[in-house]
Amino acid sequence: MSVLELRGLNKSFGGVHAVRDVGFAIGKGEFLAMIGPNGAGKSTCFNMINGQLAPDSGEILCEGRNIAGLAPRDIWRLGVGRTFQVAATFGSMTVVENVQMALISHARETYRLWRPASSHHRARALELLAQVGMEDVAFRPSRELAYGDVKRVELAIALANDPKLLLMDEPTAGMGTSERHGLIELVKRLVVERGISVLFTEHSMDVVFAFADRIIVLARGRLIADGDAATIRDNEQVREVYFGTGKTFALSASQGAKA
Amino acid sequence: MTLDAFLFQVLNGLSSASGLFLIAAGLSLIFGVTRIVNLAHGSLYMLGTYIAYTFATKIGGVTGFWGGIVATALIVGALGAAIEFVLLRRIYRAPELFQLLATFALVLVINDFALWLWGPADLLGPRAPGFRGAVEILGRRLPSYDLFLIVIGPLVLLALHLTLTRTRFGRLIRAATQDREMVGALGVNQAVLFTSVFALGAALAGLGGALQIAREPANLATDLIALGDAFVVVVVGGMGSIPGAYLAAVIIAEVKALCIGIGTVDFGFVTINFSKFTLVAEFLVMAIVLIARPYGLLGKAQGAVRSIAEPEEPIRPATPLLKAFGVAVLAVLVCLPLLAQSSPYVLVLGIDVLIAVIFAASLHFIMGPGGMHSFGHAAYFGLGAYGAALLVKWLAWPMGAALIAAPLLALAGALLFGWFAVRLSGVYLAMLTLAFAQIVWAAVFQWEGFTGGSNGVIGVWPPPPFDKSWVYFLLTLVLAVAAVLLLRRFLFAPFGYAMRAGRDSPLRAEAIGIDVKRVHWLGFAMAGLVCGVAGGLFAFAKGSISPETIHINRSIDGLVMVLLGGVQTLTGPIAGASMFALLQDTVMRQTEYWRALMGAIILLLVLTFPQGIVGAFASLWRKVGGRT
Ligand SMILES: Nc1ncnc2c1ncn2[C@@H]1O[C@H](COP(=O)(O)OP(=O)(O)O)[C@@H](O)[C@H]1O
Ligand SMILES: [Mg+2]
Repeated sequence: MSVLELRGLNKSFGGVHAVRDVGFAIGKGEFLAMIGPNGAGKSTCFNMINGQLAPDSGEILCEGRNIAGLAPRDIWRLGVGRTFQVAATFGSMTVVENVQMALISHARETYRLWRPASSHHRARALELLAQVGMEDVAFRPSRELAYGDVKRVELAIALANDPKLLLMDEPTAGMGTSERHGLIELVKRLVVERGISVLFTEHSMDVVFAFADRIIVLARGRLIADGDAATIRDNEQVREVYFGTGKTFALSASQGAKA
Repeated sequence: MTLDAFLFQVLNGLSSASGLFLIAAGLSLIFGVTRIVNLAHGSLYMLGTYIAYTFATKIGGVTGFWGGIVATALIVGALGAAIEFVLLRRIYRAPELFQLLATFALVLVINDFALWLWGPADLLGPRAPGFRGAVEILGRRLPSYDLFLIVIGPLVLLALHLTLTRTRFGRLIRAATQDREMVGALGVNQAVLFTSVFALGAALAGLGGALQIAREPANLATDLIALGDAFVVVVVGGMGSIPGAYLAAVIIAEVKALCIGIGTVDFGFVTINFSKFTLVAEFLVMAIVLIARPYGLLGKAQGAVRSIAEPEEPIRPATPLLKAFGVAVLAVLVCLPLLAQSSPYVLVLGIDVLIAVIFAASLHFIMGPGGMHSFGHAAYFGLGAYGAALLVKWLAWPMGAALIAAPLLALAGALLFGWFAVRLSGVYLAMLTLAFAQIVWAAVFQWEGFTGGSNGVIGVWPPPPFDKSWVYFLLTLVLAVAAVLLLRRFLFAPFGYAMRAGRDSPLRAEAIGIDVKRVHWLGFAMAGLVCGVAGGLFAFAKGSISPETIHINRSIDGLVMVLLGGVQTLTGPIAGASMFALLQDTVMRQTEYWRALMGAIILLLVLTFPQGIVGAFASLWRKVGGRT
C-alpha cells in the first residue's frame, strides 16, 4: 500500500482554482519531488495533505485511511511531519528546547505541570540535533540562527515523531548552491536510514534531477506529468511550461530560486 | 406588549441608534486607517457634551445651541488631530497593547481635565430650539428632537458614504483600510492622511456628544459608557465598516429598547425585570456575533498580527543571586508583622501589595507566555471577590470555605469566557475579554436584589484570629508566595512551554501535535483560578466590595502592573504590581487628580520604558556584558 495517495483533489480560493483534480501516490521510502512554476498549487497541496486546508473535494489516503479535513495535529500523530516554506520555530526557546517540545508532544506529555520541560527528552533532542549537524548551537535562542540552520533545526523537529512521511515545502529556498545540495543530501541520507518517504518541492532542477526517485509536475493546479528524471525531461507539456519562452531548465531554476 | 407599544419602542431605539452610530463611526474609521483602537474615543464624546453645554448656556439661543454643536464638532476634531500629531504618531509601530494603554492614559487625563474645568456635578443642557415639542405617534408622545435624531443618523451615514466613495480623500481612506501597503504605493503623504482621519473621527464623536445635551446631562461617567457602547457597535458591525456600524447601532439600540419595553415579565416560577438587563443584553449581542462572525457582521478578516517589538529571551531557571534576593525579600516580609504595633498601616499596605501581586502574576501568565492580552481580567477578580462575599452574606459560609470557593467560581467563569476568547487573537481578543468583564460588571450592577447593586456587599469581615491585620497579612503572604511559585513552576513545565509554543508560532505548534486553542484555554482557566484567590482575599481584607471592585479600571490597572514590570520577564509582574500598589496607596491618595497622574505614568511608561522596568534592567545588564 502507498504511504500516501491523493485522489481527485480540488481546492479553490474565491475564483482561483488553485488545485484541480490532482491525484498521485507515494510509495514507502520514496523520495518524490513536486515541481512547477510559482503559483502552480504546490503549497496548497502541501497544506491540504497536512491538514492546514480542507480540500473542496477529493480524498487523501494515508496508508489507506482518508485524512482529508483532519486537523494538522491529528495528521501529525499519524506520522506525517512537515517543514514550512517560511521556516517557523519557537523564537523564545533555545534550539534544543524546540526539538524537546516536539518530543514532549509526541510522548503526549504536553499537559504536564510539574517537572521542568528542559529535563524531558534532552538526550534524544541533542542526538537529533547532532544528526542534522546542529549540536553546536543547541543552547542558543532559535531566533538567532542563520536561515539555513533554521531549516536544519526544522528537520530535526520533523524527525522527532518518527514520521512515515515528511512534507518539505521548498526546504532550500534562499540557499546558495552548495548549501542547497548539502541539505538535500542530508535529508536523503536520514530518510533512507529510516525508510521515511519524502514529498518535497524544489526550484533547482539540478537538485531535483540528482536526488529525486520520481518527479511530478504541477502547472496551474493540474498534474501534467509523473515519472523519472528522463521522462520528465522529455515530456512535451513540461517542456512547454519550462521552455515555452525559450528558457532552459537551468535558467528557470535560477529564476525560481530568486522568486 | 401591544403592537403599538412595540412599534413605539422601535422608534425609540432608532433615535438612540443615531447617537451610537455617530460615536462608533469615528472609532471605526480611525481603526480602519491607522489600526489603532482609540480608547479615548468615549472621552472625545464626553468632551463634546461638555463643550456643547458651555456654548448652549454661555451664548444661548439658537446660535448657542445649533452653532455650538457645529463649533463643538470642529473643536473636538482639532483636538483629535492634536492627539494624533503629538502622541499616536510615536507609537504606530509599537505593539498593539501599548497603543491601547496609551489611549487609555488619555481617558484618565481627559476625565480629570473635565473634572477640573467643569466640576463633578451633572450639567443639564437646554432643550433644542425648534424641537421643544412632542409629536403624537401611535397614541404616545415622542419628543420631536428624537425624530430629528432618527433622521440625523442615516444622513450622516449618507454623507460619510458619499465622502468615502466620491472624493479623493475617501478613496484614500478606503485604500488604506483595505490594503495598508497600497497607501505607500500611491505616494500619499501618509502622515497627513492619518491626522485628517483622526480629526474626522474625533469630530464625529464630538458631534455625537454635542447632539446629546438636549436629552441627557453632561456627566463624568459618560466617557467609559460611550466607549463601551462604541466598542460593541464597532465590533458587532465589523472594524472599519461604516455601514456595519450603522447596522450594528440599530440592532443594539433596538435590543436595548425592547428590553426596556418588555419590562417585568412573570414566568410563573421566576420574575425577570428585563429593563435591568440592557447592559448585559448589549454585551451578549456582541459575544454572540463575535463567536459566529469573529470579524463582525460586515467586517473582513484582518491581516497578519503585528509581532512584539523586542524578541523574547529563552526562560532560564532562577540564578543563585535571584534566589537569594527572593529569600531576603521573603524574610523581610515575614518580619513585617513586628511593625503591627508601631505602624499598622504598613500591614494594610502589605496586604494590598500582595493581592496586587497575585492579580498581576495571574494576568501575566496569559499575557506574557500565552500572548493573550486580556482587557477583562477584573472579571475573575470580581467573581472571586463577589463569590466569597455573597457566600458569606447569603449562606453564612465561614471564611475558609469562602476562600476556597472564590477561586473555583473564578475558574468556572474563566472556563466559560476563555473558551470563546481563545478563538480570537489580538485586539479582538482584547475586546471580547473586555466585553465579558463588562457583562460580569453589568450583572453585578443591575442585579440589585442579589448583589446589592451599586451599594455592594458589606460586613465581610474575617473571623478571629484573622481579624488581626498581622495574621491576615501572613495568610495573604502564604497564598501569594504559593500562587507565584506555582505559576512559575507551570511555566517551566511542558504546559508552559506549550503555551509559549502556541504564541510564538501557532502553525508550527499545531504541526507538532499541540492543540493550541486547548492549551491556551486551560492557561486562561488557570489564570482565572489564581486571580480568584486574589479576589477572595480582597473581599475579606476590605470587609466590603462594590461594583468598583470589578470596574474596567481594575483590568487596566493589571495591564499597567504587568507592563510596568515588563511582560517578557517572569519576575516583572511581581515588581510591577508592588510598585503600582505602593504608588496607588501613597502618591495617588494625596491628590484629587490621581487619574491624570496615573495617565501620565502610563504615558511615560509606554513612551520611554516599552520593556518595563525589570525588562529595561535586564537589557541594560546584558549590554554591560553580564549574561543572565
Ligand atoms: N490562502 C489563499 N487565498 C487565496 N488564494 C490563494 C491562497 N493560497 C494560495 N492561493 C492561490 O492559489 C494559487 C496556488 O498557490 P500556491 O499553492 O502557493 O502555489 P505554489 O506553492 O506552487 O507557488 C496561487 O494562484 C495563489 O495565489
Ligand atoms: Mg509555494
